[in-house]
Amino acid sequence: MVTTDTGNSGKRNFAGGVHPSGHKGLAADSIIEVLPTPATVTIPMSHHIGAPCEALTKPKQELAIGELIGSSKAFISAPIHASVNGVAGMVCSVTLPTGKRVKAVPVKAAENQPDAREVYNDFFKGDYPTSGLEQYVPEAITEAVKSAGITGMGGATFPTFVKFLKNEKKPIDTLLVNGCECEPYLTSDYRLMVEAPLAVLCGALLAARACGARNIVIAIEDNKPLAIDAMRRAAKSTGITIMELPTKYPQGSEKQTILSALGRRVPGGALPLDVGVVVINVGTASTIARAVTRGKPLTHRIVSVTGDGIKHPKNILAPIGASYADLIEHCGGLTDDTARVVSGGPMMGFTVGDLTSPITKGTSGITVLVQQDVEAPPETNCVRCGKCVDACPMNLVPTRIALASRYRQWELTDTYHISSCIECGCCSYVCPANIPLVQLIKTGKALKTKK
Amino acid sequence: MTEETNSKNPEKQSSVETAVLAVAPAPHIRDQSTSTRRMMIDVIIALVPLMIASVVMFRGYAILQLVVCVGSCLIAEIAFTAMRKRKAPIGDCSAIITGIILAMSLPWNLPIYVGVIGSFIAIGLGKVIFGGLGFNIFNPAMVGRAFIMLSFATAMGAPAYVKNIDQHMPWLQDLGALPSQCATGPEAQQLTTKFGDKFNAETGATPMTAAKKLINKEPNGYSTKLLSLFLGNTTGSLGETSALACLLGGLYLLIRKTAAWQIPLGGVIAVAIASGIADLCNGPMAWSFLHELLGGAFLFGVFFIATDPVTTPTTSKGKFIFGLGFGLMMMFIRLFSAYPEGVMFAILLMNAVTPLINRWTVPKPFGGPAVVGK
Repeated sequence: MVTTDTGNSGKRNFAGGVHPSGHKGLAADSIIEVLPTPATVTIPMSHHIGAPCEALTKPKQELAIGELIGSSKAFISAPIHASVNGVAGMVCSVTLPTGKRVKAVPVKAAENQPDAREVYNDFFKGDYPTSGLEQYVPEAITEAVKSAGITGMGGATFPTFVKFLKNEKKPIDTLLVNGCECEPYLTSDYRLMVEAPLAVLCGALLAARACGARNIVIAIEDNKPLAIDAMRRAAKSTGITIMELPTKYPQGSEKQTILSALGRRVPGGALPLDVGVVVINVGTASTIARAVTRGKPLTHRIVSVTGDGIKHPKNILAPIGASYADLIEHCGGLTDDTARVVSGGPMMGFTVGDLTSPITKGTSGITVLVQQDVEAPPETNCVRCGKCVDACPMNLVPTRIALASRYRQWELTDTYHISSCIECGCCSYVCPANIPLVQLIKTGKALKTKK
Repeated sequence: MTEETNSKNPEKQSSVETAVLAVAPAPHIRDQSTSTRRMMIDVIIALVPLMIASVVMFRGYAILQLVVCVGSCLIAEIAFTAMRKRKAPIGDCSAIITGIILAMSLPWNLPIYVGVIGSFIAIGLGKVIFGGLGFNIFNPAMVGRAFIMLSFATAMGAPAYVKNIDQHMPWLQDLGALPSQCATGPEAQQLTTKFGDKFNAETGATPMTAAKKLINKEPNGYSTKLLSLFLGNTTGSLGETSALACLLGGLYLLIRKTAAWQIPLGGVIAVAIASGIADLCNGPMAWSFLHELLGGAFLFGVFFIATDPVTTPTTSKGKFIFGLGFGLMMMFIRLFSAYPEGVMFAILLMNAVTPLINRWTVPKPFGGPAVVGK
């Protein structure tokens, strides 16, 4: 079913990017722990840019893990399931770290919850087949992925089944599974690959069947030798290529990963499918495996709770809707010099202002930064040194776009291709003048569309 | 008051409940090894070999000129920013660099007041009037130098470089810096018999004026030993004589990535091409491509002045074009104008076209520009 090493003429690298120190050691060695069921979970009805779901529950309705509690008639959407056994409360509103205010279903946890060991094994262990998958019809896989509410687990949270829909004009030949995890601090994908390589491989094989890809490449940054080892050993007779890529941020950014791993350049404004590629995250792959082979919807996710502001950094399997506070408290709480709690990694993550807000399907980590991490000199004038130009993985001139945005010169932002910016933050990271370049560009994009 | 005590004693309550969390947009970390100030300090460090070389060669005269220019630049910065009712950005160290570069580009015997005027023009008209560091169009030090070069033509002209030099600097003979000591070719012998161990306006004030005479086939023109040009035991502006010092400092800037490598590369290529063509037209001469590279202020200019980020292009391609343009322009002035050296005017001319270069070299985004409206 899968051919080996075809068309993987990747350059193993891309132009630009930065090398922030990884800090992966904080949580890299802690085995995934199952979060003790919190008293209440608050499950948001919107996790992504697509249409929000309508809550299907009534107050006081009894719910079991995996029961459907939200759905939408819109095409680009993913259903939502209960993540604990319990009783639904009145639909309420919560503010996500992105600043978006969304409807949510609170669920009061019941006494009877599955045992932690049982949950762990159900997610990561047991028989995840990597052969004999012919019994799964591609359309059935896509349907299972859709009804399991699977979205991208890397952060963008785009409904996954949409990527698998066949398009006659744009056939898919390669499935690229992204295990780069290039954001500093985060280790959830790393732990998954080390602890459950079979789940990832099984999911990758199923996803490839669904989208019709002959070729499967799993890309991992070379700062994760244990994960590469584990994946290589498990992938031996599957025909899947495990590809080591140099550690550089943003190696895991879709367009950059495709160039590095496959040597294909996604045209501006186009999607990976335009170059015959579907990209999914390793976390998504394992969730697909569980949904298809075990019939379980997406109810939990792995969250790295890490950073120097966390007393005991850990990787946690947490039910969707658990609060940031639940996870942080399970890791011993915050240190006194905590400066920012970030949902995701420090390069692209959103700060959490209210720790009672719930984690979503896309919360890959909670990075707690201390004062020393966020120290910065005051902003000074741009000296046009061009460090942002060298760092930009999209080959833009960030300083021009940012300053044009600041002074609302929209025409100039177009001349310098503002729409090509992927908002990775490399420019702000390197700027000697400490100008908030990517922040200005993001604001510029938003103001421009409003105009 | 109670809230304050609360947040200071968080151990009484759970950290999660009491934590005061700042909200800010990503990215939340930055490369803490870099800052504008750090870049400027890098340049000062890179200028140290030049300053040492100039002190070895010109002793007290170099020190005096450095003190005058750096001091006046700092005073000028304070005075002019005060006129704008702003806080003087002394901490960014850029005025110090302007002072050092200006001093290093002057002749040893320049009257103090000329250096002071040059510094005030450099900071005032070169920088502060545009809005300070980052907004100036022309390299401040070169603006100051151009002004005094035109206003005090005699004090800055080639003959001034050797006027009474042997009386003021008797150590030059020990350093082997006399024209008769560092000249090469058949002209060397002639020079020794004619002028002995004396400096003379006719011997050519600096290696550059001597070379100019050689190229123009005038009497007393000669070519200077490459070793002298390399080590710096010749006459010239304070900081330009030693190619070795410029290379050491330049290398440091390139390693630190404070200076863009594209500019020196473009400059060297341009000088090679231009002097190659000149050689083809003039026939082989004792003053070669290597002499053009090591002689005069080319290396000083290409590493320390042409790499000033503010007044040079932002893009990689633009930087290379700037280097090329600088080298060609400098060679053009060296070969065809009345001036023996063209670094200053080449820099100023290229500074003027920098906005245009920036506009020409807008890089194509990854995968080509996104279709608008998609």
